[in-house]
Amino acid sequence: MTVEQSRELTVASQDDVVLVRQAVRSAALQIGLNLIDQTKVVTAASELARNTVVHGGGGLTRVEIVSEGTKRGIRLTFEDKGKGIADLDQAMKDGFTTGGGLGLGLGGAKRLSNDFHLESRPGEGTRVTIARWK
Amino acid sequence: MDKIPILRLGKFLLVTIQVDMHDRLALTLQDDLTSQIVSTRARGVLIDISALDIIDSFIGRMLANIAGMARILDAETVVVGMQPSVAITLVELGLSLPGVRTALNVDRGMELLRASSASEDPGFDRRAIS
Repeated sequence: MTVEQSRELTVASQDDVVLVRQAVRSAALQIGLNLIDQTKVVTAASELARNTVVHGGGGLTRVEIVSEGTKRGIRLTFEDKGKGIADLDQAMKDGFTTGGGLGLGLGGAKRLSNDFHLESRPGEGTRVTIARWK
Repeated sequence: MDKIPILRLGKFLLVTIQVDMHDRLALTLQDDLTSQIVSTRARGVLIDISALDIIDSFIGRMLANIAGMARILDAETVVVGMQPSVAITLVELGLSLPGVRTALNVDRGMELLRASSASEDPGFDRRAIS
């Protein structure tokens, strides 16, 4: 996979979540994603960036335009050094929340993306990577 | 913009969301709407979301909360103008919006609100139209 472009945003507050949405929208427009796919990737990004703030104590979001062979896409990485997730399967279940939310963030982001990868260990932070291909 | 304006239209309240809201703004809207439903004794709330490009689970929950609080205060909520791409994404996200009625546009939304408030009005005489 080739990384054509990469941008890192610090995510510490809810205002930063808005900035992440804008950055992802901009990247989506750049590679010419159709409107529905744009909406899906921006929505997934909003869920995951909010998780970084609410659960991760802040962190960073990397927005990358990538290509693999002839296909182009957006890869997003959400990283924090928070307390990590103890039970990954449980965290992925719809309705499960430790933050008073709806519990749809991780499962939803996975459903809204082509690729989804979750790495986390208690005490070692969390990294979620998603990709949407054109 | 630090507050979303709430307009009064007879016994209804009308809100048009035109900015990408951060969480605090969404919560302020929730609180403002609830207090205005009480202070104006509104019978319905119309929320125009035609300018919203995305609805994530936080905004979705805000809409469901508004509908729930309005119901407790004897007011209906109608959300209008949801963009098709937003609707598709909400379904995949797994977000249902319980208690939130929807309509295509402001006109249809107002018809819904008027009809539902008229039929609950104790002074309404059904015999007059049948």
